[in-house]
Amino acid sequence: MSDAADLLDPEATPETRDRPSDAPFVDLDALYRESGIGEMLEGMDHELVGLLPVKTRIREIAALLLVERARRSIGLRAEPPSLHMCFTGNPGTGKTTVARRMAGLLHGLGYIRRDHVVSVTRDDLVGQYIGHTAPKTKDVLKRAMGGVLFIDEAYYLYRPENERDYGQEAIEILLQVMEDNRDDLVVILAGYRDRMEVFFRSNPGMASRIAHHVDFPDYEAAELLEIARLMTEGMQYRLAPEAERAMADYILRRMAQPRFANARSIRNALDRARLRQANRLFEARGNAIAANDLLTIAEEDIRRSRVFTQ
Amino acid sequence: MRLTQGQFSFLPDLTDEEITKQVQYALDQGWAVAVEFTDDPHPRNSYWTMWGNPMFDLRDAKGVMMEIDACRTAHPEQYVKVLAFDSSYGFETVRMSYLINRPAVEPGFELLRSEGPGRRIGYTVRSYATGRPSGERYGGEARHGA
Repeated sequence: MSDAADLLDPEATPETRDRPSDAPFVDLDALYRESGIGEMLEGMDHELVGLLPVKTRIREIAALLLVERARRSIGLRAEPPSLHMCFTGNPGTGKTTVARRMAGLLHGLGYIRRDHVVSVTRDDLVGQYIGHTAPKTKDVLKRAMGGVLFIDEAYYLYRPENERDYGQEAIEILLQVMEDNRDDLVVILAGYRDRMEVFFRSNPGMASRIAHHVDFPDYEAAELLEIARLMTEGMQYRLAPEAERAMADYILRRMAQPRFANARSIRNALDRARLRQANRLFEARGNAIAANDLLTIAEEDIRRSRVFTQ
Repeated sequence: MRLTQGQFSFLPDLTDEEITKQVQYALDQGWAVAVEFTDDPHPRNSYWTMWGNPMFDLRDAKGVMMEIDACRTAHPEQYVKVLAFDSSYGFETVRMSYLINRPAVEPGFELLRSEGPGRRIGYTVRSYATGRPSGERYGGEARHGA
C-alpha cells in the first residue's frame, strides 16, 4: 500500500490505490537515458554560448517533465503542466534558436507529439479585413498542432493605437486554444522585453496563461568572441590568430555603437569579412591560392571594417 | 438501413480515437486530408460538399480532428467523410475515404424498375431521404447556407 497515493487521492478505490505499490521504485535515471534529453542538454551547452539563466530554466523544465513522466508511470495523475513560454530579450540573443531546441526537448520528454516548430509573425495570424483573421489564425494553429508555435515579435499582435485592429481577435483565438489544447500545443512568444511587458499589461489573460517567462541576457564580449569562433567553424572558415584579436577589438567597438544586435551583428560582421576575404583572394588571382588561404579569414579582412574607421 | 460506403463501412462506427489514428496514418504518408459532407447518400454521388480546403500542410492529426468536430457540429444530421489524397506521381488520387458521421435515422434506398422496349427492365436506386429538398432531409435539419 502506498501512503503517498492515499494522501494524494483520498477517493481512490482500493484498486487504483494498489496500483502504485506494484512499482514502488521508479528508475528516474533509466527514464532520463531513454528520453535522450541528456544528449540534447549537453548539445545545448556546447553549441549555445552563455545564456546561463536560459539553460537553467530549460533544465528545470526538463526535470519537471521527467518527474511528471515517472509519476505517471506509477499511476499518479496530474493535469499536464502548462508549458507556454515567453522569451524576452534584445535582438540576436538566441530566442529563435532556443525555441527550435525546445521543440526537440519537449518531444524527447514526450510532452508534445511532434518535433516541429511553426514560426510565425503578426502577418501570418492577422488578416487584412473583417472576417479574415479567424480563419487565418486557425489555419496556423492547425498547422502547429502537436508541436510548438513560435510567435516572433508577439507584441505586434496588439496595437493599442488602433482600436479596430484585428490583432485582438487573433489574441483571443490564441488564448482559447492555449487553454483548451494544452496537451496539443506549446506556444512560445518572443520579443523585446519592454514591448512584451506593455503587451502583457494590456492583455492580462495572455500574461496569466504563460507559465514561463525566460529572459535572454545580452552577451558579454568574451561570449561574443566564442560565438564568432563557433560561427566561423560552422561556415567552415578559420580565424587566423591575429584575426581573432582583431575580432575581439571589433566586438568591443561594435558593442558601443548603436543598433548592436548581439549574435546577429557578429554574423553580419563575419559575412562581410567573408566578402572582403573573397575580394582579397580575387584581386590576387594571378598567384596560386593554397587551400589554407581559402578557409582562413585574415586580420585585414576584419580590420578593414567600417567600425574601425569611425 | 445503415449506409456502407468507403473503408471500414462494415465495422462499427469509428471512435474519435480510431479516426485520429487513421488520420495520423494518412498524414504520415504525406497525404492531404480533406473533410466533406452531404445529405445525398446515393452511391454514385461523388460530389460531396467540401468542408474547407484539403489540408495540405498539417503534420499532426489534431488539426484535422478540429475540422472534423466543427463539421460534425455544423451538420450533425448529414453524412461526413474523411478523404486522404495522395499527390505522388503514379497515384494522384484519393487513397482513403471513410464515413465519420451519419444521420440518426437512415431510411435507406428504394429499388426502382423501369420497363423498356421488349420488356427489358432497367434498375436504379433512389434514397428515400432525397424525396425532400436538400437541407430538409434527415429529421428536417435546418437549412444551411453551404
